[in-house]
Amino acid sequence: MEKIQIASSPHLSRPNTSTRLMMLDVILALIPALAVGIWIFGWFAVKQVSLCILVCMLSEWFFNLLRGDKRASLDDLSAIVTGMILGLSLPWSAPWQVPVFASIIAVGLGKAAFGGLGFNIFNPAMVGRAFVMLSFATVMGSNAYEFPKEQITHEHETQVTVITQATPLKQIKEVMKSGAQIESQMTSDSLLIALTGQRNGSLGEVSVLAILLGGFYLLFRRTISWRIPLGMCFAVFLIGALVSPSTPFVYGSAYLLNGAVLFGAFFIATDPVTSPVTPRGHWIFGIGVGVLTMIIRLFSGYPEGVMFAVLMMNAVVPLINAWTIPQPFGGLPKTHS
Amino acid sequence: MKIHTFARGVHPREGKSLAEDASLEVLPIPESIKVPMSQHIGGICQPVVKARDTVEAGQIIGEAAGFVSAAVHTPFPGTVTKISAVTLANGRHVPAVIIKVDKIKTLAQAKNEVSARLGTDEISDDEIFEAYAHNLRKDFFTLPENFDLDTYSTETIFSLIQAAGLVGQGGAAFPTHVKLAKDEKFPIDTLLINGCECEPYLTADYRLMLEAGELIITGALLAGKVLGASKILLCVEDNKPKAVENLQAIIARKGLKNIFVAVMRTKYPQGGEKQLIQAALGRKVAVGALPKSVGAAVINVGTAVSVTHAVTRKTPLLWRAVTVTGEGIHRPTNILAPIGASFQDLISHCGGLKPHARRILAGGPMMGFSVGSTDIPVTKGTSGITILTDTELSQTKQTNCLRCGRCVSVCPMRLIPTKLATTSRAKAWDTFIKYHPLACVECGCCSYECPAAIPIVQLIRVGKIEINKRNKK
Repeated sequence: MEKIQIASSPHLSRPNTSTRLMMLDVILALIPALAVGIWIFGWFAVKQVSLCILVCMLSEWFFNLLRGDKRASLDDLSAIVTGMILGLSLPWSAPWQVPVFASIIAVGLGKAAFGGLGFNIFNPAMVGRAFVMLSFATVMGSNAYEFPKEQITHEHETQVTVITQATPLKQIKEVMKSGAQIESQMTSDSLLIALTGQRNGSLGEVSVLAILLGGFYLLFRRTISWRIPLGMCFAVFLIGALVSPSTPFVYGSAYLLNGAVLFGAFFIATDPVTSPVTPRGHWIFGIGVGVLTMIIRLFSGYPEGVMFAVLMMNAVVPLINAWTIPQPFGGLPKTHS
Repeated sequence: MKIHTFARGVHPREGKSLAEDASLEVLPIPESIKVPMSQHIGGICQPVVKARDTVEAGQIIGEAAGFVSAAVHTPFPGTVTKISAVTLANGRHVPAVIIKVDKIKTLAQAKNEVSARLGTDEISDDEIFEAYAHNLRKDFFTLPENFDLDTYSTETIFSLIQAAGLVGQGGAAFPTHVKLAKDEKFPIDTLLINGCECEPYLTADYRLMLEAGELIITGALLAGKVLGASKILLCVEDNKPKAVENLQAIIARKGLKNIFVAVMRTKYPQGGEKQLIQAALGRKVAVGALPKSVGAAVINVGTAVSVTHAVTRKTPLLWRAVTVTGEGIHRPTNILAPIGASFQDLISHCGGLKPHARRILAGGPMMGFSVGSTDIPVTKGTSGITILTDTELSQTKQTNCLRCGRCVSVCPMRLIPTKLATTSRAKAWDTFIKYHPLACVECGCCSYECPAAIPIVQLIRVGKIEINKRNKK
């Protein structure tokens, strides 16, 4: 009888499930976007993403040491996920200082300072990106994505067509400033470009197909909530459609398919730690990120707003959680105080 | 055929194949039995025998303490050794009557029968026990021939159930007569008979539905009459098609109206009474309220069998079906066990523990109590003994909560288990209360599902103890 244990029920647990496996799912889901990024942007993509992953892992190890947290380890792969998402959200042109500092801040300020995995309020990758956005503004702004045609050297050969263009969102902003109508995004040509990613933008956001492939895999595995991406995309599309009520579909799809909305919907806003835990909370959060993204896109100087929108909604997640506590099954008795 | 279900819940591995084909076998007569004075919710019984008293089979040895209580009887004749304390599977220490079983007296009738049949006194012990077991099974599984529902008045049925000390055999062990007592404020229109057996590994109720189907239905009719219910539903999960067929065949053969089989989707915890009432009837029971508040009553199939025994044979609750199963026992099977036999008696009869056995559970693996010794008595609420090995047990190392929300998506009571767990761990009781901990039925779906292996329901239990302490002040 010495080997008999005493424990509190339940004595079974779901097989093949762990934090590590959930992170692995996200890494797998990001591979299509990473592959397209490397195909379109070549060596630049490899450089950004691998620097981010490496520095995130080093930072995680270092900060764990500082905190003396025995339970934390690199085993759970969360540092790699942060590194990948951060790397894929950067422009191809940012110099090495950008991914390095972004990663250190993402892990150090975005995660470790709060107590490690599960305790942070803000999406770590977005914290890192916001830091470099503001500190390295010239190399992170929308102009940084465009490479002057005169300066093309032989190492840029494969990406010339893409990196000499302005990003689609910047183009839309300029067209709207001049008062003209944007062209339909749903022509077969422009759809093909959007699906395969042959356009300028941050490394992971260019190919709709690659993002959807990864996104649906995560939905199928129940690793992410379906309400957040649906709420966010719907809000973006609806507000985009309201911009031009005469051609709602053109504008709605333009704002949905360009920029970081799809990437953010499936990989950034759905970060479980920094999003609400209740089903109703997911709707509020997803729609909130969509609305804030569009407000920033339409009324501010920035052509893209996903990063700030996510950070702002992250701040109110504890409140959303408190507001959306569901009634228990069957309801509370009438005399309950 | 319509398959009923409820929202959320989990699908653990069924494990039923180990014991589902083993028909109920009679336990060999134990040397002594320890009959606890509390095997139920409600007042602890007063012993009405003392040391050195002789007792007969079926004699009352503990008197019910008030209305919400159930009398206790001895299954065997023998001598009372002493009145002592015993530890139950759930950890409670209660008084118990310890009886040395008079084996010779127990087997006397069987011995005479075999002797008469063979015409000699030279009979083996095995033959005597076989005859004894055969008689026991006959009494347990067959309905008296001339059973007529109309000859029993509701008052008679009620008092026979109360005298027999019947309690719910689904695990909660609530006194049955209290459940069936008519309440003017809450009339019952539907009686549900719970044959779901949603816990993995357990198959006792399944065997009862195959081998004692007629008694289940008779018990249901008797209970339904006391309640004044106009409809009876026999609820069975769809992983037990033979049981469904058998019960339907009996209903058809007897030409019974107003009693039907309801097939439920196999999902844990379908057998929980709130989930059962919602799935079968579409009615939701409020937190803290009883099924009668929505006009329903639920009793287990084993309880229904005992109702039949109590009313038609006037026998008290002495024997019950217990599954001994799991990968850690040599011979998984279903046993007709006497109240008061020890877990060791059953485990020995099943070939003993395998060397890599790790946990001995009273009940199933989702809500069963883990025990450290086998000197625990079988009580009226013992549905099974599940022996698990390392391979089946929870293995992942605990990590931080990611707030992934999986626990939320499986909680049948629509709670936020992660918040309950984290506030309990931080001892933040004011926030803990906001998340409705008392609505938690401790089914374990949350802990089962958690990818970070956080002991969620265990933390909730700690919290509930704290809340109850505060409420008492």
